[in-house]
Amino acid sequence: ADIISTVEFNHTGELLATGDKGGRVVIFQREQESKNQPHRRGEYNVYSTFQSHEPEFDYLKSLEIEEKINKIRWLPQQNAAYFLLSTNDKTVKLWKVSERDKRPEGYNLKDEDGRLRDPSMITVLRVPVLRPMDLMVEATPRRVFANAHTYHINSISVNSDYETYMSADDLRINLWNFEITNQSFNIVDIKPANMEELTEVITAAEFHPHHCNTFVYSSSKGTIRLCDMRAAALCDRHAKFFEEPEDPSNRSFFSEIISSISDVKFSHSGRYIMTRDYLTVKVWDLNMENRPIETYQVHDYLRSKLCSLYENDCIFDKFECVWNGSDSVIMTGSYNNFFRMFDRNTKRDVTLEASRENSKPRAILKPRKVCVGGKRRKDEISVDSLDFSKKILHTAWHPSENIIAVAATNNLYIFQDKVN
Amino acid sequence: MFVRGLKRKCFDGEEDIEGTLAGIKAIPSYNLQRQSLLDMSLVKLQLCHMLVEPNLCRSVLIANTVRQIQEEMTQDGTWQMINTQSTGQASLDRLVSTDILCRSSRDQSEGKHLPAYGAFSKDFESDQTQDSSETMSTASSVQTPRNLQSNVWEMENPQENKGNFQKSLDQIFETLENKTPNSVEDLFSEVDNSYYDLDTMLTGMMSNTKVGHCDSLETFSSPTNTASNSNCKSDLNDLDHIVEILVES
Repeated sequence: ADIISTVEFNHTGELLATGDKGGRVVIFQREQESKNQPHRRGEYNVYSTFQSHEPEFDYLKSLEIEEKINKIRWLPQQNAAYFLLSTNDKTVKLWKVSERDKRPEGYNLKDEDGRLRDPSMITVLRVPVLRPMDLMVEATPRRVFANAHTYHINSISVNSDYETYMSADDLRINLWNFEITNQSFNIVDIKPANMEELTEVITAAEFHPHHCNTFVYSSSKGTIRLCDMRAAALCDRHAKFFEEPEDPSNRSFFSEIISSISDVKFSHSGRYIMTRDYLTVKVWDLNMENRPIETYQVHDYLRSKLCSLYENDCIFDKFECVWNGSDSVIMTGSYNNFFRMFDRNTKRDVTLEASRENSKPRAILKPRKVCVGGKRRKDEISVDSLDFSKKILHTAWHPSENIIAVAATNNLYIFQDKVN
Repeated sequence: MFVRGLKRKCFDGEEDIEGTLAGIKAIPSYNLQRQSLLDMSLVKLQLCHMLVEPNLCRSVLIANTVRQIQEEMTQDGTWQMINTQSTGQASLDRLVSTDILCRSSRDQSEGKHLPAYGAFSKDFESDQTQDSSETMSTASSVQTPRNLQSNVWEMENPQENKGNFQKSLDQIFETLENKTPNSVEDLFSEVDNSYYDLDTMLTGMMSNTKVGHCDSLETFSSPTNTASNSNCKSDLNDLDHIVEILVES
């Protein structure tokens, strides 16, 4: 199994898609809940597996293009088939996933193997009938959106009009129409005329969930810009600019690096945005630009270890963050296969671990604690014992239920609320 | 990845740089730590990513950190300008010593860069024992970041480079050391959309814009260009097809 690089539920939560470093997409489907076993809620089983992207070679630059799937985004379901967008560093693809459980039989002009019959041999006419067959789930690429990004694509976002979507790389954001693959509109371009002057890159971007003219993008300097596409064709001037003033007492050479935003997500309501930087998760009210309304410490005990984390490159890890369906709880990952949840109403938080050694299937997860000071209690783990190679970068929350998917390197964990 | 028990050159825990910034600095220790951070950042920037394009965000953040350190060192007065000759010598030594640090990103993740970094700092440490060491090591770090910044983003018009002999000197050294034409483009070179313009393409091919204006560099670049172009497969788009025709003719 390969390292999982993205996880995403579809809009109903029936399907869960994962993309991995090898360019594969695996889709899980939730079992129908059966009345015979009401205590056993629908589990997720593999529904479809396909190779989305292959490794490529850019001959002009003599560089490999990785097939790693950076993001998957589902389209809302409009017919029996499912559609999703998957992207690697350079190319976005629209995939159609459909079921086939019937097969037509009894054609007049061709026989069962598909070979054409000699018309002169046909003496009787019959009506073809559909006969059941074993369920087959097939994935077909319907569109390939290529050659529009010089830099590495970090985000894709489907617009609420369901006709367009955007793809963002380090310096540019492009707007696409699903039907048109050979053109895209450039809506944001922050590339300086002289590349030597480059000091800031785009790190994530997302459309507003309801307003199809609004989107946000985050930067490596810890700022978020909200843009309105009605204002101009090229949205270089932001409508809103979100930035928290720096805390002078916490200033260090690593201040900028840890302020770089790795993920930005609108709340389901569209009223808030959540950003993840290296040590914190912040919730911003769209109506207040000068500071976030909430700040949650994910793993502040790493603040004194920043130099070592810079040395081993961990400081550049890009953690994602997610809202639950009602926007009351937010979740993000950490190291040592830990992930954290913050309840915005009660202000309580919990640290949980995604690992097979420390929890059996169906057992309730035990809260974990990292010990900061001198005395370490029995169940606590000290900062120096944390395994920094076990990082949880990608998580997803079911749109309406308390089911979460957590990707721990090459393992996928699915957790549910306990049912009594 | 997080190697424990390694003698760290960094300033974690008690010797927090945050703490030292606020109060009176213990001058030698702070400078040493800052220098070590600068060296580490330069090493990170210079490491070759031979096959895959380096992460632009990471490179920008590291470069900004380097710039920050430089600015502070300039304000402190520890940033000294030395004459060209000695600087050239110093940068050559430093670049040669970083040769072993030039590994692919895969080697990095296997932790091999840590002992390599140890070797790098050993080089730095041996400098320290000499009398003029302080000046020398500061000088060489002066030279490398300044040239790095100009090299690191993009190789633009050759006209810009012509004015600066030292810059081109370092370009040669870096190329010779790395021995791959890819790195000549440095970390942030990109093919502009304008590059696909027929005229720009022809001009670029003729004057070897990508590799600069030194004769010795052309021998490195041309074999790769022709080799890779002859390998072009059928999934080229129109523009790539044009490139193929141009090069083969």
